[in-house]
Amino acid sequence: MLIPHPILGPRDAQEFTYLGDARLLERPDGLAEDAPAAFHDYVYLRDNPAGVHRELWYHEHGDRSWLVVTRDTVTHEILGADLVKGAAS
Amino acid sequence: MTYSGFRILAEALRGHRGWRPLWRDPDPQPEYDIIIVGGGGHGLSTAYYLANVFGQARVAVLEKGWLGSGNIGRNTTIIRSNYLLPGNQPFYEFSMKLWEGLEQDFNLNAMVSQRGVLNLYHSDGQRDAYRRRGNAMILSGADAELLDQGQVREMYPFLNFDNARFPIKGGLLQRRGGTARHDGVAWGYARGADRKGVDIIQNCEVTGFLIENGVCHGVETTRGTIKAGKVGVAVAGSTGRVMARAGMRLPIESFALQAFVTEGLKPCIDGVITFGAGHFYVSQSDKGGLVFGGDIDSYNSYAQRGNLPVVEDVAEGGMALMPMIGRARLLRSWGGIMDMSMDGTPIIDKTPVDGLYLNAGWCYGGFKATPASGYCFAHLLARDTPHPTAEAMRLDRFETGHVIDEKGVGAQPNLH
Ligand SMILES: Cc1cc2nc3c(=O)[nH]c(=O)nc-3n(C[C@H](O)[C@H](O)[C@H](O)COP(=O)(O)OP(=O)(O)OC[C@H]3O[C@@H](n4cnc5c(N)ncnc54)[C@H](O)[C@@H]3O)c2cc1C
Repeated sequence: MLIPHPILGPRDAQEFTYLGDARLLERPDGLAEDAPAAFHDYVYLRDNPAGVHRELWYHEHGDRSWLVVTRDTVTHEILGADLVKGAAS
Repeated sequence: MTYSGFRILAEALRGHRGWRPLWRDPDPQPEYDIIIVGGGGHGLSTAYYLANVFGQARVAVLEKGWLGSGNIGRNTTIIRSNYLLPGNQPFYEFSMKLWEGLEQDFNLNAMVSQRGVLNLYHSDGQRDAYRRRGNAMILSGADAELLDQGQVREMYPFLNFDNARFPIKGGLLQRRGGTARHDGVAWGYARGADRKGVDIIQNCEVTGFLIENGVCHGVETTRGTIKAGKVGVAVAGSTGRVMARAGMRLPIESFALQAFVTEGLKPCIDGVITFGAGHFYVSQSDKGGLVFGGDIDSYNSYAQRGNLPVVEDVAEGGMALMPMIGRARLLRSWGGIMDMSMDGTPIIDKTPVDGLYLNAGWCYGGFKATPASGYCFAHLLARDTPHPTAEAMRLDRFETGHVIDEKGVGAQPNLH
């Protein structure tokens, strides 16, 4: 698979490490009243869709940026990739 | 029709005209007591034990494709009970005991072969971890032997003992582990369930659930609505997709696992060997092909095929362990979709919807679990209480903190 890196152009997916669903970027508020339930859902539950999936890839053997890659889990077709804004690199 | 040596002889004299299909091909009835969604190994064994042990006769298995088209027909057939944790190991040992009596029980040759499973270790730390695991296995009633390098060399002289980076120091051997013929297992359970009146309905995809006020009364399928007192879902890699139709998000993600087989070779590996310094395992099929595999492809997938990086990784593992494999020609490779759970352990439990039950999260190790998974799921469906060996495999364990994480890698399914 080739990932279209927004800065570096098409890169082999082997240069990246995969983390998972990009909803991991939406971390719940730890001080909210429902924090235990919200964190359970955040840490453990997934949509796991058959089809379009937004997911986090880390360019470990490259510029060490985090990308949100949009990919079809049924065909493996990659539909786009964006830099994660505000991510540490 | 009961199979026996005498029967084969009699059929040979009659020109084999007396053989009949192993199961009927019935149309769905409007209503059942229990519906099992998914005609893989686990769905079929659940139906078998429901009918044969728990006295349930009005049972149907609904299968989207043809019987055995999922992971039950795609796996590398290794069976073992060499787990560490208390929530797991007694369950897998229960499964191993069921394997040992399976062929007599369902009267079909599933080629269960207890040829031994050897896990190699390459460092002192790994040896100590295997010693601990072996003790846990023995405590659960299983067998385990810790071998030193000399003993491993005697069994498998062709392994690469001179590897400076990953020297083979010994291994943990479970002699009762081995392989079984995956298709035969599906056929045996299907035939045994059918003989007791279970309807096995193929090409019948479940497209929705009839849920009213938090109670499940049946399913919508491509062959119409079917009512049921209870519905048990055992769809392995499709779990996320199917349970979304009941409005549930689960602690599961789907990934592809690949496997490989070489051309047929003379007998050279009489057991199962796993490499401890990478992810690679190998056995030899009765036809002579070396059957091997390694890691899952690391990203979510429903594609039933993998990509080249894992192929290379598996090949490198094979070459590091047994360089002679480099001379063999690869014949085929394929993939299946794994229901990877958040702690690497399966779920056999009720769901928040009354009358809807879940069997899932088998990761890449659910073949060995086929007998116990079916038995325990049937126990839960028939009696509404968990079987003693599956009590810890709860759906709510992530909320209560009772996760069963053999590998200790946390909530990242692609690492389990
Ligand atoms: C390459 C590979 C190697 C493996 N090696 C091993 C091994 O060596 N040892 C081991 O223990 N395990 C191994 N496994 C894992 C093991 O095969 C699985 O964990 C196990 O088979 C899963 O249970 P099952 O047999 O019920 O799944 P499946 O056979 O996949 O059954 C699920 C069924 O549900 C059906 N289904 C899906 N959606 C619907 C729907 N909406 N309606 C109706 N039916 C539906 C599917 O068509 C399928 O037939 C391996 C898996 C793979 C892919």
